[in-house]
Amino acid sequence: MADNQVSSVNADGMSVEDKKRRRFLTGITAGFGAVGGAFAVTPFVLSMTPSERAKNAGAPVQYDLSKIQAGQMVKVEWRGKPVVLLKRSDEMMAGLDKITDKLADPDSLSSNQPAYAQNNSRSDQSSPALLVMEAVCTHLGCSPVEKLAIGPDPQMGPDSQGGFFCPCHGSKFDLAGRVYKNVPATTNMPVPPFAIAGDMITIGEDGGRNA
Amino acid sequence: MAIHRHDNHKSANAFMQWVDDRFPATKVWNEHLAEYWAAKNFNFWYYFGSLAILVLVIQLLTGIFLTMHYKPDAQLAFASVEYIMRDVPYGWLVRYLHSTGASMFFVVVYLHMFRGVIYGSHREPRELVWLIGCVIFVALMAEAFMGYLLPWGNMSYWGAQVIISLFDVIPYFGPILTEWIRGDFVISDATLNRFFAFHVILLPLILVALVFLHLVALHHVGSNNPDGIDIFENLDENGKPVDGVPFFPHIVIKDLIGVCGFFIVYLGIVFFWPDLGGIFLEKDNFAPANPLQTPPDIVPLWYFTPFYSILRASTETLLMFFAWSSVAIAVLAALFTKVDLKYKIGFIIVGAIAWFVFMNSSGKAWGVILMGSAIVCFFLLPWLDRSPVKSIRYRSWPFKVALALFLVAFFILGYLGMNAPTPVKTVMAQVCTCIYFAFFILMPWFTSIGQTKPEPERVTYDAH
Repeated sequence: MADNQVSSVNADGMSVEDKKRRRFLTGITAGFGAVGGAFAVTPFVLSMTPSERAKNAGAPVQYDLSKIQAGQMVKVEWRGKPVVLLKRSDEMMAGLDKITDKLADPDSLSSNQPAYAQNNSRSDQSSPALLVMEAVCTHLGCSPVEKLAIGPDPQMGPDSQGGFFCPCHGSKFDLAGRVYKNVPATTNMPVPPFAIAGDMITIGEDGGRNA
Repeated sequence: MAIHRHDNHKSANAFMQWVDDRFPATKVWNEHLAEYWAAKNFNFWYYFGSLAILVLVIQLLTGIFLTMHYKPDAQLAFASVEYIMRDVPYGWLVRYLHSTGASMFFVVVYLHMFRGVIYGSHREPRELVWLIGCVIFVALMAEAFMGYLLPWGNMSYWGAQVIISLFDVIPYFGPILTEWIRGDFVISDATLNRFFAFHVILLPLILVALVFLHLVALHHVGSNNPDGIDIFENLDENGKPVDGVPFFPHIVIKDLIGVCGFFIVYLGIVFFWPDLGGIFLEKDNFAPANPLQTPPDIVPLWYFTPFYSILRASTETLLMFFAWSSVAIAVLAALFTKVDLKYKIGFIIVGAIAWFVFMNSSGKAWGVILMGSAIVCFFLLPWLDRSPVKSIRYRSWPFKVALALFLVAFFILGYLGMNAPTPVKTVMAQVCTCIYFAFFILMPWFTSIGQTKPEPERVTYDAH
């Protein structure tokens, strides 16, 4: 008790110099505490980033293209995402040029694809009819529904040349995954790296071509 | 150590005296229940605060029993919910109480918020009660969203995909942030597992803490009433408000009647119509999550649909409309306001900048901004409302018209959000989005015009 009384008297009679020192010590203690807190939080924040197992799960997948007829489409899963393989018919290919003025990014300038697929049909020129595309809407990641038929469609419009319609927010894409103007999505659906050898396509590898 | 007695309140007996000397039991009971004065003219709208606490307790209790059987694992989650429904004794009842409870939580909270708006409960001195309430609303949305992923149905999966992708529009940090939230490059087991942790531990704790703060703030300033007047301006000789009744037993008994009515509706749905035709439990969620197939009509649960409609109403047409309206408003302001020339030039410059920004940004980013702003607007309400009176009973007609328009727009947005987008519906959603924001932007103006009625000295009350 006696010690407390002595120290409280000292505290009351603190000089300006002492008060400055106390403020400095309080500040620097709080500062070190904050740095220590940041260090302590780091492992918890990083524990929420993708694990090593998740990072290793991205192996390429293969598919036998002879199973798809012209005008047919299949979906395969690559890295947990749906990848569309569509062999476009001649009519479908012809339709791509008829709607260029309705598209937001017809030349795929601000879209995501390997260099060898940055063209009108967004395909490798060795097999131009084959569309390989991540069916992931560039708006908010839904998987657009295929509307392969050419002609009037309630969602695609009266003179549809076929395409993809996103049921989530109504974004429209053509049969090369190019986005229409005036819909929520603003870029074309991404084309993954792929390589074709004979009838076998490998998704997730460039096959030596530069991306 | 001597006991320091607090003599403000008499303890009932020797035992309570012993307790009160060590814990403020009688003091808390009196201050918050037996001597907490509420206006005697509380009506139907005043049921929903206590009902919200009731639903919170129901959700906490049923949630505990669901976690005894649920498996937060992408391989097992869907089957474990089916197991609860088919094999666990009364599992179906616990799950339907929880799933219906989630929707009823939003019914109750939306009505509770509407009560606040019509009787001016957001106005001074209750701004912090309102703000804490808005934070509760946001926390509740997060809680509901994360809970919706847990059954791992196809709508769970794609709903989470859409909402998490919202963060992608944040410049530079977006993709890193979404990866961090998902814990993977796609929605996966890691995402399900952490959403489970947030849904059953983190957010319930936050919600309970926020509800406590909401009540602390409310009891510090006192409850509002349907007349929006201060009952503490009319005190009797004992210093008690003449129009006040103690919360216990009067309001508690009244609220119990509300609880009975609530249980009739709530249990009626639980027992006879738990999916409410696809509104409370969506049909597409009865199929397991499929990363390759988006459901044909992807919609969130009903309580998110007004905001979801605003999100997808944001197209280039809407932005072009915003761009030219900013120019029009700036020109009108410059022509018809009586201010200095430099302010008029300022209006034009601001209008031109707004035009440039709207014309050169993407609909995607603005969809997210608008959806976020739609919720932020609620936080600003205490400062946007300039009416000299609080209650709708004495407000001028422009407020009533604006509120009616807002309600209609809110319901239409909610309806449109439950349906697949078509060109006509998109235009309707855009019109309603404009009405929604006009309600908040124009509020300082329309609450300050028109003739208000005089507020009464005493609350309006007929003895019965």
